[in-house]
Amino acid sequence: MRPATKDFWKRFLGNRGALIGLFILISVVLMAIFAPLIYPKDPWAMVQRPFLPPLDAQGFWFGTDTLGRDIGAGLVYGAQVSLLVGVVSTVVALAIGVTLGAVAGYYGGLVDDALMRFTEFFQTIPNFALAIVLVAILQPSTESVIIAIGVVSWPPVARLVRGEFLSLRSREFVQAARVVGQSNGQIIFGQVLPNTLSPIIVMASLMVATAILLESALSFLGLGDPNTMSWGYMIGAARTVIRQAWWMSVFPGVAILLTVLALNLVGEGLNDALNPRLARKGR
Amino acid sequence: MLKIARRALLASMVASGAILAIAGSATAQEPKYGGTLNVVIQPEPPGLMLGLVQNGPTQMVAGNIYESLLKYDHDLNPMPSLATGWDVNDDGTVYTFALKEGVTWHDGEPFTAADVVFSADVFLRETHPRLRVSLEHVETIEAVDDYTVRFTLKQPFGPFLGIFEVGTMPMVPKHIYEGTDFQNNPANATPIGTGPFKFDEWEKGSYIHLVKNEDYHVEGLPYLDDVYWQVIPDAASRAVAYETGKVDVLPGGSVENFDVQRLVDLENSCVTGKGWEYFAPHAWMWLNNRNGPLQDKRFRQAIMYALDRNFAKDVIWNSLGTVPTGPVSTKTRFYTDDVPQYPHDPEKAKALLDEMGYDGEPIRLLPLPYGETWQRWAEAVKQNLNAVGIEVEMVATDVAGWNQKLAEWDYDLAFTYLYQYGDPALGVARTYISSNIAKGSQWNNVEGYKNERVDELFEQAAVAFPDSKRKELYDEVQKILVEDVPVAWLLEIEFPTIYRCDVKNLVNTAIGVNDGLGDTWLDR
Repeated sequence: MRPATKDFWKRFLGNRGALIGLFILISVVLMAIFAPLIYPKDPWAMVQRPFLPPLDAQGFWFGTDTLGRDIGAGLVYGAQVSLLVGVVSTVVALAIGVTLGAVAGYYGGLVDDALMRFTEFFQTIPNFALAIVLVAILQPSTESVIIAIGVVSWPPVARLVRGEFLSLRSREFVQAARVVGQSNGQIIFGQVLPNTLSPIIVMASLMVATAILLESALSFLGLGDPNTMSWGYMIGAARTVIRQAWWMSVFPGVAILLTVLALNLVGEGLNDALNPRLARKGR
Repeated sequence: MLKIARRALLASMVASGAILAIAGSATAQEPKYGGTLNVVIQPEPPGLMLGLVQNGPTQMVAGNIYESLLKYDHDLNPMPSLATGWDVNDDGTVYTFALKEGVTWHDGEPFTAADVVFSADVFLRETHPRLRVSLEHVETIEAVDDYTVRFTLKQPFGPFLGIFEVGTMPMVPKHIYEGTDFQNNPANATPIGTGPFKFDEWEKGSYIHLVKNEDYHVEGLPYLDDVYWQVIPDAASRAVAYETGKVDVLPGGSVENFDVQRLVDLENSCVTGKGWEYFAPHAWMWLNNRNGPLQDKRFRQAIMYALDRNFAKDVIWNSLGTVPTGPVSTKTRFYTDDVPQYPHDPEKAKALLDEMGYDGEPIRLLPLPYGETWQRWAEAVKQNLNAVGIEVEMVATDVAGWNQKLAEWDYDLAFTYLYQYGDPALGVARTYISSNIAKGSQWNNVEGYKNERVDELFEQAAVAFPDSKRKELYDEVQKILVEDVPVAWLLEIEFPTIYRCDVKNLVNTAIGVNDGLGDTWLDR
């Protein structure tokens, strides 16, 4: 292991919050991967009597919902949806944000102006409102939810990457690369971008958390994919009976809370570990 | 009426017309005069002039202000209202009504045969599309004298005695409307009728206030001093208003189905599913007979066997309603149970799918975007179909999209519910006759079912006379339709009316609260 990497792990593992976050996150990931083994039945299957409270029947620790579907199965399969949407939409947002930010920051001038005005245009529209409109236009499905979340989440990435590029592009190693005769593309992707990775990684981990929240909020409003069981859908469907059946909305709510919290803890940990001086200053 | 345990009450409602008997015994108690009743109205009606607007909320309020010639009991038998009696000639083409004498409009003018002729022949012919279709069978409407009206038909028209319900043919005052622009008459804002309550005040967005008609033509009625119709736009707030005592009555559809149980379990809270017999909301799934495997009758039959319709009734509709046997509601005239039956039988469904060689081609399901109840229902149906090996993909849509997809025939399975209006000629035939196959409407033969014999039978049955002859024809058509399964019938919906048990005689006729609160009294 390279000394820098070793240092990183030492700092990261020394952060108790980050460790707890990582532990929860790994549990959620394992749950999502092994969902078909834990609950071989479809989460939509009506398997017990409706409105069954938690712990009332063998094997139904989390109770059943208004149609007699196992809440436990919903939680496990919901993890798949949340993680999938969270990760893929973040990748989409990064792809757009990094590209635009890098181009704007590297070239500067008119290109920068044009791209930043374009970015501001997106920033002035409230995220969630835009996501709702996009999903409604595209028809609710997993793909359209991912696209919508990706499209509303990239502007902060673009601004961050542009800032980094602005400060890095006049550094000596960049000038050296230029003197050697590297093309703009080579410089952007080979020289500057690798040096901006650590803030991007930190931001990405937090974006996954935001994306999971956005997906849940969309599903809560009935704009999720009607064919996939997600945590937001479970809460949305249970809200009309919240006074009779608390467990139908509480368990998926806790699942969202824990996952998002875990991602934030991990993000903080990454931040501290990747920027040690900044972290020490903060304490 | 004593508070009856909910399950027992529901059981009795389902089993028979026992609720009628209970209500009947309650009337033995001496009614009390006075008091104010608070009722939820949802949504706020666009207007109260029943001759111009006939949507649900308008009719619910205006049913207290306006009346028609007849009312209907829970079995849809006509009862006197503004008409005291009627005669039919031997070939069923001339109907003569004797009108009640001494009836006055709310402004003191007498109600006479001239008002009936004006309402039916002039006013409503112009303003009421649904009645206009029925009136095409009518040759002339004449006032024989001040208290006798004669309708002469071109040929017998079976449902004729069923079109005198207040929302279908409300009596409007000739002396106010004759020769005016009906839509823009300033009197529309202060409706004048003959009913038990008079219009007093409408605070938009807040309440509509009706007061007792002291000169009401039925001796001793109404009992209540006044009625407030409270406008509360949010379902949860309506439930709270009932819990806190702000309102006494939650008419059908004003709270979410999943909240019904909790509200009914409250102290001094009663529920009835009665009062929807005339409308008989019939829920079904459109099966697009043009598409893929749905073209095969065996596939459609397999769907019927695959559906657990009793589960949907018990779990999603709180046990309210009836599982239908076919296209005609059990509450509608000419219903027959002598048709093929489709119990929940997944094995039979699988066998039918095997026999036709269904290759697992996925089909799309379009839920009705009317809230949680309908969404859950679609999810349950999807599971039922999955269980027999039919691959279903749920399509999400809003109300506009749903309308458009149905009107353009862009669907495989789609939920809906339609009213039956008491007679197959009015509310059933429109869904199955091939002349009604036309893009652009979601109320006609949307499924694209075509059967010449069915067309013929519906056409003959509408104009056959007497009823025994109509019955034969309708029996045959029901058998054919249930065998062919053009659509998958799901439930005869009963929207529960929730009310305080000390509100007496609330629901008395086939249109329930819509027929006005003239007989209602408070035991307080």
